[in-house]
Order: sequence, then C-alpha cells, then structure tokens
Amino acid sequence: MDFLQNLDPTVQFILFSVVKIGVVFGVTMSFVAYSVLVERKVSAWIQDRVGPNRTAPPMAQFVPILGPFLTRLGIFQPMADGLKFLLKEDFTPSYVRKVYFWIAPAIAVIPAFLTLAVIPFGSTLGNPGNKMVIADLDVGILYTFGIVSLGVYGIVLAGYAANSKYPFLGGIRSSAQMISYEIAMGMSVVSVFLLVGDLNLSKVIEYQAHGGWLVFKQPLAFFIFLVAAFAETNRLPFDLPESESELVGGYHTEYSSMKFALFFLGEYANMIASSAMMVTLFFGGWTLPFIGDPASGLLGGLLHIGIFVAKMCAFMVLFIWVRWMFPRFRYDQLMDLGWRRFIPLALANILVTALVVAFVNR
Amino acid sequence: MSTKVVERKPLTAWERSYVPSILGGLGVTWKHFKRTAPFLGNKPITMEYPEQKWVVPEGYRGAPYLVKDQDGATKCVSCQLCEFVCPPKAIRITPPGAEGQPADRANAEKMPLEFEINMLRCIFCGLCQEVCPEEAIFLQKDYSLTGVSREEMVYDKEKLLKLGGTHAGVQKWKHKLEEAAEQETFPVETAAATEATK
Repeated sequence: MDFLQNLDPTVQFILFSVVKIGVVFGVTMSFVAYSVLVERKVSAWIQDRVGPNRTAPPMAQFVPILGPFLTRLGIFQPMADGLKFLLKEDFTPSYVRKVYFWIAPAIAVIPAFLTLAVIPFGSTLGNPGNKMVIADLDVGILYTFGIVSLGVYGIVLAGYAANSKYPFLGGIRSSAQMISYEIAMGMSVVSVFLLVGDLNLSKVIEYQAHGGWLVFKQPLAFFIFLVAAFAETNRLPFDLPESESELVGGYHTEYSSMKFALFFLGEYANMIASSAMMVTLFFGGWTLPFIGDPASGLLGGLLHIGIFVAKMCAFMVLFIWVRWMFPRFRYDQLMDLGWRRFIPLALANILVTALVVAFVNR
Repeated sequence: MSTKVVERKPLTAWERSYVPSILGGLGVTWKHFKRTAPFLGNKPITMEYPEQKWVVPEGYRGAPYLVKDQDGATKCVSCQLCEFVCPPKAIRITPPGAEGQPADRANAEKMPLEFEINMLRCIFCGLCQEVCPEEAIFLQKDYSLTGVSREEMVYDKEKLLKLGGTHAGVQKWKHKLEEAAEQETFPVETAAATEATK
C-alpha cells in the first residue's frame, strides 16, 4: 500500500474516486437486481404464495442441499430477469416522438445514480484523508435536491414522447406529484440543517455521532421526509404515474426491453438513494450510538460500511412492505395530503425548530 | 314495521390521520408474512403443481376413456350413440361393417373397428357417458392431457382402452347368455303348477 501513499495527491484523488465510483455503481446495480427479487419474494409471502422458486442454472442441481435451497429462495432469478431484458425485442412504436422516446429512459435513470455521489456510506478505510464518499460536497443536500428534481423529467418526457393517452396521463400525474412533494421534502430537511448548521452530509453524520440521531430530535421532519420519499420514488401508495390498473403501466406503457428496464432500474435506484438519504439525515449514517469515531483501520471501515448498508436495507424492506399493504391514493387525496397537510406541517416544524435553536441552544 | 337508523358518524381526526388504518394494515400483512415466510411459519397455501397434485374427487369429469369388462373384453358395441350425441363432434367411430371382425366376447353383436376421440375438441360434458347403453365409456380422472401435435391429441381405440382400464359392472350380454342357457334346465313355475300345489 506504500506506493499509493507516495503518489501525487491529484493522481491519488482521481484513482480513489474512480475506484469508489466503480464500487458504488456495481454494488447499487446488484442491490437493484436483488431488491427486485426481495420485492417479489416478500409480496409472495404477504400474499401466502411461494414466489420465484424455479430458476436455476443447470449447475445448481449438482450442488447438494445448497443448490436446491438457493433455487427455492430464487437467488438466480435476477440473472434470468436481466438476461431477459437484454434479449427481448426493443420495439419502438411508429407513432412515438423518437428523440424524446430514446432520451427519456436515460434521464430517468441518471439522477438516481448521481444522488448517490454525495452520500457518505462509510467513514474511512484507515487513511484519514480518504473519506468514504464519492464527492464530499459542502452543498451536499442542495445538490441532492437539484438532481432529484431532474428525475421527474425522465417520466414526463416518457409520457410525452409515447404519444398515446395512458403514458401521457401518467406523465402529467407524475409531474404534479413529484413537484408538490419535493416542496414538502425540502422543507422537512430545512429543520434538520437548522440544528446541524451545515449542508455537508458528512457534517450531518458527525453531528449525529455526538448529539444523537436526528430522528429523535426531528420525528415530524423524518415522517414528512419518509412519506415524500414514497411519493418521489413513485411507490405505492403514491404510484399514480404507474398505476397498472388504471393507466396500463402509465408512463412506460410503450416501452419494451432495455428501455423499460432502465425505468425499472431508475425506480429501484431511487429507492436506494432515498433510503440512503434517510439513513444519512435521520439515522446517523454509518454510526451507531456506541460507534461514532471514524475508523482507524480497514476492518473498522468495512464495519461502518456494513452498518450503513444494513440500515439502508431496513428502509428498502419498509418500502417493499408498504407497497403490499396500501391501496393507491386518489389523485385529489394525494394533492390534498401534499399541499394542505405536509407543507403547513413542515413550515410549522421549521418555525418551532428555529425558535428552539434561537432561544434554547444559544 | 320497525326501522333501524344506522348512524353514519363522521371520521374522527385520529381516523382521518390514516394512522389506525396504517397500523391495521401492518398487522394484517405481518400476520400473513409470518405464516408464509420460510423459517417463520413456512406454510404457503400454494400447491406446487407438478410435484404435488390435488386429490381428484369422485364424479369428476375428466377425459373420456373406453373401459373393458372384468373379463378383459371391449364393452363398446359400436352403436355410435355417443358419436351422435357428442356436442363438439369429438368422437368418431368406424363400425366393423357387415363382414367385419366380430366382438371379442360371446353374445355381443359387434365392436368398433376404430374409435377416436379428439381430445382437443372434447369439452368433457359427459353426454357420451350418459348416453352409452353399454356402460362402455366413462369420464375418468385425467385432467392434464398434453401432446406436441394435433395428431397426437386424437386418441385411438387402443390408447383409449389402455387408459380406461377395467370397469366392473353388469356384464349384460354374458348375463343374457347365462339366462338363455338356464331356460332349458330351470323349473319354470307355471300357473297350472301353482294351482296344483294348492
């Protein structure tokens, strides 16, 4: 490892960044694949079914006990799903607006991954100068909100480009929904940063490591953020842009093959990103109440990353659990909830927090 | 006539906050999850079909097959009633003709030269079974008929007899033969004889 320390700082920075980007991207992609599997399995169990339990490569049957067990858990299902998406015919209907039709899936998926850049997923791996975050931005949360709000363009463009009525309705719904809930989401976070006094997400974690998790200090902000995250990721009970039963799949009705898969990927990557945001903002990121100091060795660093991933997985399970529990909100109920409940609540929360910070924490 | 006024209370603020329904929903889904998931309850209600099969109830109307009697003889006498009654025209019988092969049991007049059921046409209505005067065709318990070609799904006489097996019932023609034989030996009680005993 010595030659790494002796490198030019710029080269070192670039090298580390590339490695971190690669690892985060790879891990996120496999998380996406396997969260689809978890989604299918959990939905099956909630509905008293078995779920995917047949797919297996031919080798699996020769491994005693473990092979059949993994097959039954559906471990190989994501590979088959991915292969299927790659090999399916990529059909472009004749009536679509081609340029937007091609751009939309990319626009839908890119912001989800960009958001992950500022998430501190661990402390260090021994080298104090090398934080486990791809971009340690001082404007962290502003960057996140800027990028997240781009995500709506993918869906709106997809709805517009498809040039048919159901995707169009889906696109309209999503633009209204995502724009309204972004306000509530942003406002709920303001009170967090009033307490922390810094926009950098690493600083937020530092604050929580010593001052306790913010979910206990700002439960209302967390609740609003959680519900808004459900709306932003188009998950049930707010999956109005998709709503299979009324809009035939909504904005991605006309898509097939890999382009459809990109929307799918974007949705799950968004879930991962918002889970990571919630863990970072409200649940202390990679810290635990008794583990707060940056790691001094490789093992400790990996442990911190493990803690972060475990917390994130808990949120993913919550996302999935909730999906199989609620019926969809009606459009006007959704708007009512967003504008007339959450925005006033978030504003009141900011006011109270500001007063407390001004008079108590002085 | 008494009437009952049903109260329609407006939802309370607590109920309108969605919290009770959310908690109720979590409870219901958790209950099902706990019962079904492996390592917890592991009791999904799914019956995994090719490995597990359901018990076919008595009187189930599966595929119609020809049966043999307890002596291993073909019961069908080629009367073609089933062919005529068959609503989708799935049955086709080729009779033996005047000089054709005789039946493989005594006293029965004939048996079909060929008996085909097109299982792709068959609607499993059971009219053939109902109409058969010989109790030679029965809807049995097979419900999963598969084949790789249309020709394969036309079951011929040999196949139908093999699949149908034996159905122990009244052996009509054998019985009639026995009755006829007994005509010569049995002491018939005539009216005169009855008078005499009195």
